[in-house]
Amino acid sequence: MGRYIIRRLIQAIPVLLGATLFIFAIVFALPGDPIEALAGEKRQDPAITAIIREQYHLNDPLLVQYWYYISGILFHGDFGKTFAGVPVTQLMAGKFQVTLNLAFTALVMEAIIGLLLGLWAALRRGRATDTAILASTLLLISVPTLVTGFVLQLWLGVWLKQVTGIEFFPIAGVGQGLQSYLLPGFVLAGTSIAYLTRLTRTSLVETLRSDYIRTATAKGLSRRRVVGRHGLRNALIPMVTYLGADLGVLMGGAIITETIFNLPGIGLQLYQGVYLREQPIVVGIVTILVLVYIVANLIVDMLYAVLDPRIRYE
Amino acid sequence: MSKTSPHALPAEGGLGNEPLLAVDDLHVEFATRAGLVRAVNGVSYSLQAGETLAVLGESGSGKSVTAQAIMGILDMPPARIPKGEVRFNGTDLLRLSEEARTQVRGQRIAMIFQDALSALNPVFTVGWQISEMFRVHRGMGKRDAVKKAVELMDRVRIPGAKQRVNDYPHQFSGGMRQRIMIAMAIALDPEVLIADEPTTALDVTVQAQVMELLAELQRESNMGMILITHDLGVVADVADKIAVMYGGRIVENASVHDIYKAPAHPYTKGLLESIPRVDLKGQDLYAIKGLPPNLLDMPTGCAFHPRCPYRQDNCVTDSPPLYEISGTRNSACHYWREVLDGDQG
Ligand SMILES: Nc1ncnc2c1ncn2[C@@H]1O[C@H](COP(=O)(O)OP(=O)(O)OP(=O)(O)O)[C@@H](O)[C@H]1O
Ligand code: SF4
Ligand SMILES: [Mg+2]
Repeated sequence: MGRYIIRRLIQAIPVLLGATLFIFAIVFALPGDPIEALAGEKRQDPAITAIIREQYHLNDPLLVQYWYYISGILFHGDFGKTFAGVPVTQLMAGKFQVTLNLAFTALVMEAIIGLLLGLWAALRRGRATDTAILASTLLLISVPTLVTGFVLQLWLGVWLKQVTGIEFFPIAGVGQGLQSYLLPGFVLAGTSIAYLTRLTRTSLVETLRSDYIRTATAKGLSRRRVVGRHGLRNALIPMVTYLGADLGVLMGGAIITETIFNLPGIGLQLYQGVYLREQPIVVGIVTILVLVYIVANLIVDMLYAVLDPRIRYE
Repeated sequence: MSKTSPHALPAEGGLGNEPLLAVDDLHVEFATRAGLVRAVNGVSYSLQAGETLAVLGESGSGKSVTAQAIMGILDMPPARIPKGEVRFNGTDLLRLSEEARTQVRGQRIAMIFQDALSALNPVFTVGWQISEMFRVHRGMGKRDAVKKAVELMDRVRIPGAKQRVNDYPHQFSGGMRQRIMIAMAIALDPEVLIADEPTTALDVTVQAQVMELLAELQRESNMGMILITHDLGVVADVADKIAVMYGGRIVENASVHDIYKAPAHPYTKGLLESIPRVDLKGQDLYAIKGLPPNLLDMPTGCAFHPRCPYRQDNCVTDSPPLYEISGTRNSACHYWREVLDGDQG
C-alpha cells in the first residue's frame, strides 16, 4: 500500500504541472493589461508600470514566467504576491477555510440525504415513492445551480424571515457559523444529492438481486439485517467512491454558490482574480483545487481497498 | 389432525406417519412482461429424516423454484403461490407468519447453492459469515461464535481452519468455498438440507469429494436431504429416492433401486439412457429429442407428448394424473405399464 501511494503521488506531478501550465496559459491569453486594470480609470506613470511589469516578469515569454512561478511554489512554498503586494498564501488562508466549510457541509448533506432517499427509493422500487423520488432528482439535475440558489435564497432566506420574523437561513456572509452554511451548502450539493440518490438506488437494487443476498435470506436473517448489513455494506462501495471524487467537484462548484451568497471563500476570490487578471491568485487557487482533486482521488482509491477486500494495491 | 395456528412453530420430530417434509400439490407462478410463467404446476414429494431425495430434470423444469418455495426465499411478487402446501413436521409453512417462517429458515431447513463464489458475501470474512448464524440465532458473543465457526470449518475439512477463518471468500478455491457454504448451512443442525446443484460449478475431481462430504454429514446428523442435480451418476451412490420433474410437474417418484431397474415414465427412461455407459462405447448416446416445453404455452394433454416415443392419441388431449404404481412409486404417464415392460409403443 505504501509503495502504491508513493507511485500515485509521483504520477500526480505531471498532472499538477500540466494543469497549472494550462491555467497559466489561459490567464496569459486573456485580453487587457492587468497593470492598466490595476490603476483603474486613472492614467498611470509609464515608469511605474514598467517597474511593476519587470518585478512580476510580465515581459518574459510564457514559459519563463511559468518557470519563475512554479519554482517559487516547489522550492519556497511561495505562491507569489498579488499586484498589490500581498502574498497569495496569506490572502487565501482564511478563505480556503470558508470554502472547505462550505464543501464539507454540502458533502455531509449529500451523503445523508442521498443515502436515505436512495435507500427509500430502492426499497419501494417501482412504486409511487420511487417514481416521485426519481422525478425530483431529474428536476434537481436539470435546474441550474444559479436558479436553485436564487430561488431558495428568496424563499427560505427572505420570505421565510418576513413571514416568521425569525432568520432561519442567513442570505449572505458567514457571520452565523454553521447556520450560515446550511442554505449555500444545500444549493451547492443540489445536483450531487440527485446523482447520489440515483446511484444509491441503482446500486442497492442491483445488490439486492445478487446471490449472496438470497443466501443471507436463506440464513434466516431478518429483512432489516439482510438489507442493512449485507446489502448496504456492498452498495456502499460505489457510493463512497462517488462521494470522495465529488469533494473536488464541490470545491470547484463553490465559485457560483459563494458568489450568490457572498461568502468570502476562494470561489469568490477566484472570480475576482479572473476579473482583475491577477495571475498569481488565479493560478494559485487552481493549483490548490487540483491538489484537492488529486488527494481526494487518492483517498477514494484507498477507501475502495478498505471497503472491498477483493481489491489489493501493490 | 388439528389445524395449527399460523404462529405455531412446527414441533420437533415427526408426528406419527407424517413425513419430515412434504410438498403437496405445490403451484408457483411468475408474473412477467411476457405473461404468467407457470414454473411449478402441482409438485408433490416427501422426505423422511435421514433420507436423501434426488430431484432430477432438465434446465427450467422447476427444481430450484420448488426448493425456493420450500425455503420461502422467492421474491413475491413477481412469484405467487396460488395453491399447495409445504408441510414441515406437519405444519404448513406457507401459512406461517413471516416471523415464524424466519425461525425455520436457516435454523431448521437450510440450503446450499450452486455457485459458492457468488453466494457468499464478498466483503465479509468467511468466519464472520459462518459465525453470524450463532450470533444472530443463538445470541452468542463474537469470540464464542468465531470459535464455533472454526470448529465447523474443521468439520467440513478445510485445512488450517484456524488460520483461514479471517480470509475472504475470494481467497479460497471453488471446492473450499463450497465447503464453507456447507459449514454455514449445517451450523445450527438443520433437520432438512436442500442442496441445489452443489457440485455443478466445481472441477470434476473436487465434485466427488464435496458429494462425499455431504453424504457423510447427512449420515452423522440424520438430516433429510434434498439433492437437486443433473448428475445421474451421483444419484445412484447417495440418493434413496428420486423425483423426476418435467415442465414444472413431477413425472415420476420412485426409489433409486426401482428407477434404475426399470423406469416407469418415458422421460425418465430417456434421461437414464443418456448417461454415458462404458459398455456402449462408440454408439450414439440416446438424447431426448426436441425442446423443453414453453412454460408460457404448455402443450395440451401430457406436457411431454411432443417428444414422447410412447405417445398415443389421447396423450394430446388428456393430462395424465400421477398414477400410483405402488406405495412408494408414481408415474404421470397413461402408458406406464408399457414403459415398465419396455416395449416401445
Ligand atoms: N424470478 C423469475 N421470474 C420469472 N420466471 C422465473 C423466475 N425464476 C424462475 N423462473 C422460471 O421458472 C422456470 C423454472 O426455473 P428453475 O430455476 O426452477 O429451473 P431448474 O429446474 O432449477 O433449472 P436449472 O437446472 O437450470 O437450475 C424457468 O423457466 C424460469 O425461467
Ligand atoms: S402420457 Fe403419453 S405422451 Fe405422456 S409420457 Fe405417457 S405416453 Fe408419453
Ligand atoms: Mg436450478
